[in-house]
Amino acid sequence: MYHVKKECVAMILAGGQGSRLYALTQDMAKPAVPYGGKYRLIDFPLSNCVNSGFDTVGILTQYLPLVLNEYIGNGHPWGLDRVHGGVHALAPYESSGGKSWYTGTANAIYQNISFIDRYQPDYVAILAGDHIYKMDYSKMLDYHKKQQADATIAVLEVPWEEASRFGIMTAGENGVITEFAEKPAEPKSNLASMGVYIYSWQTLKRYLIANENDAGAKKDFGGNIIPDMLKDGCKMVAYHFDGYWKDVGTIDSLWEANMDLLNPNIPLDLHDPKWRIYSRNPVMPPHYVGENSFVENSLVAEGCNIEGRVDFSILFAGVNIEKGATVRDSIIMPGTTVKSGAAIEYSIIGEDCIIGEGVYVGERPESIADKDSWGVAVVGHNINVPQNTVIKPKAMISENL
Amino acid sequence: MAIMSTNMIGLIFANLHDSTIPDLTKMRTMGSVPYGARFRLIDFPLSNMVNSGITSVGVITKGNYQSLLDHLGSGDEWDLSRKTGGLQILPPYGNDRRRGLYRGRMEALQSVKRYIESNNAEYVLMSDCNVIVNMDYNHILEYHIEKGADITIVYGHGNYNATQMLTKTAFGVDSDGRINDVLINPEKEGAFNTSMNMYIVGREFLLDLITETASRNLYDFDVDVVQHKHNEFKIYGYRYNGYYEQIDGILSFFSANMALMNYDRRKVLFPRRRPIYTKVRDDAPAKYGLESEVNNSLVADGCVIEGKVENCVLFRGAKVGKGAIINNCILMQDTIIGDKCELNYVISDKNVNVGGYRSLFGTADYPVFVAKGSNV
Repeated sequence: MYHVKKECVAMILAGGQGSRLYALTQDMAKPAVPYGGKYRLIDFPLSNCVNSGFDTVGILTQYLPLVLNEYIGNGHPWGLDRVHGGVHALAPYESSGGKSWYTGTANAIYQNISFIDRYQPDYVAILAGDHIYKMDYSKMLDYHKKQQADATIAVLEVPWEEASRFGIMTAGENGVITEFAEKPAEPKSNLASMGVYIYSWQTLKRYLIANENDAGAKKDFGGNIIPDMLKDGCKMVAYHFDGYWKDVGTIDSLWEANMDLLNPNIPLDLHDPKWRIYSRNPVMPPHYVGENSFVENSLVAEGCNIEGRVDFSILFAGVNIEKGATVRDSIIMPGTTVKSGAAIEYSIIGEDCIIGEGVYVGERPESIADKDSWGVAVVGHNINVPQNTVIKPKAMISENL
Repeated sequence: MAIMSTNMIGLIFANLHDSTIPDLTKMRTMGSVPYGARFRLIDFPLSNMVNSGITSVGVITKGNYQSLLDHLGSGDEWDLSRKTGGLQILPPYGNDRRRGLYRGRMEALQSVKRYIESNNAEYVLMSDCNVIVNMDYNHILEYHIEKGADITIVYGHGNYNATQMLTKTAFGVDSDGRINDVLINPEKEGAFNTSMNMYIVGREFLLDLITETASRNLYDFDVDVVQHKHNEFKIYGYRYNGYYEQIDGILSFFSANMALMNYDRRKVLFPRRRPIYTKVRDDAPAKYGLESEVNNSLVADGCVIEGKVENCVLFRGAKVGKGAIINNCILMQDTIIGDKCELNYVISDKNVNVGGYRSLFGTADYPVFVAKGSNV
């Protein structure tokens, strides 16, 4: 069958478990985790692709793909229901050679070489499916072409003390990368990889095949592909990005990344009509704020009913805050009801929960003496918290109490 | 509810009643009049049809239909972008040069005869866009079949004043439900059975009616068919006792919006199982600023509120500046209210820009209307 040639195909790595999000990734892959009042993490790379003019996207799924697959559907919400290209969920499969899970990021792309080859692309973008940022990949592709690079890696300056948490690049004045170290104990640079790569496809394909045939090699980009290419003298360049970027690997960072949306000094504007972040919109009426309610410094999505107090919080679609309930410094995911008299502070509450009357979840850090015992409290998805329960800070509730 | 569904097609009249709210229909059809912070009036009949299992819907337009086309697109938001059937826009001069701008419902039907012929459904459900309701049309079809009716008309019952009756058709019904008297725009006060402008009719019967009326140069459905032929045809009324709003002027438009502040009404209009679909705009969730104070209001996605808002309906992308005080207003899409403005009883159409420190005051019986795109 004939396929229209595409200059660049985007591959989004979305198989990650996100195990450090515990209860929140118990029922769904990390890229499907709700964020920002109406999004799921994958909306960011997907919308970036569309806004950058990349219309052919493969999404590599593996861990608990149901929520993600249903969410992506035919790609219509992102304008990716296309005659040529569009979005495709690519799960591991069985072939005549046997069957195998994706054993690493490189192996996942290797197993989908035939998908990419159908579009005869010159370039392939490899993108993490769980980062929050707005980026024009087409400018990065221009840079890749201008540099005549084999690989371009988007990098971000991070504080030196955090550098050892990232893949760190050392690059010269001309942008050429001379050294790469995955989570180095003593970093030589503070340029961190954002998990956004553009490769010249034929070169990458050679390395993927060689990597696969090398039984001893690690089957992922950071472990082998990038070091091997560097060693062989491939031209690898760093592409500097200075906007907002966040990897929400932990409960604290997920909470922070949400709260960043309420901070006017953080440069992540979701209201910008020129770079919309698309998502599958729930079919709901507008939200209603009641007569004696109070809402300040918050994001509120459609379908919510607020009769209580909401301050410094993010409410997803269809959340009910009953009279006399208080929500502060918290994130409430879609469909959850907070009954009257309940108080939620510094917490993340999952989808479709019922927080009973008089329940207390979390606490302000100021009001607690032992700072080590403090943390954001988390209630997982579909959980019923019976009335008058007290859920302590840092608690992780993953099943019905 | 599973019985008929695909056995019925839908026809929506997008332009009828335009003249009742001339300010809002200056540049759009009645069907594309914004309502309830994120909807257009056509969303109601269209979603009701889809939720009742209808998969082929024709939308009959006359003029000013650019905004309607923009809103409906391919129909996919209503799940009407279909391999077979789906949404069809039926503009004037569609396939017959002689049949252009219709004078009445019957003439409009004459101009879409081909569309009606091309379907083989047994029944046709017709609806206008001036009624806001969440209704399962299968109940009406069941009634229509049970009565062996030629035409079934949905009506409500209520007390109206003379001005309200000027835009309504009223029925007398016998004990069996058959219509035996028809009053068109009776300018008098009282309790009436008034038409909700929804009709079910057999497709073959409708085609005969089209041929018959066209050859006699009759163009008005209520007058030439219902009023003059109720002795000849079996025309039944289906009384609807649920909640609905009918728009017949700017005041009823205003009060129909404000009616949504009531929780029970919202529950009846927007039940989870029968949602009202509309075009998606991908706005971020509404943002409440540090000094915002919002009470008894409906707010859509994309709004940014930094002032004081009470008893208001804020459409997508409306922005209220710092220190502004907005009471009893309907602010349509992308209205921008500057800092320290004061507004009371104002309806602003789309893309209105009110500069800082301005004041606009209407009254409950005469809200100020600010036209689309105005700079105040």
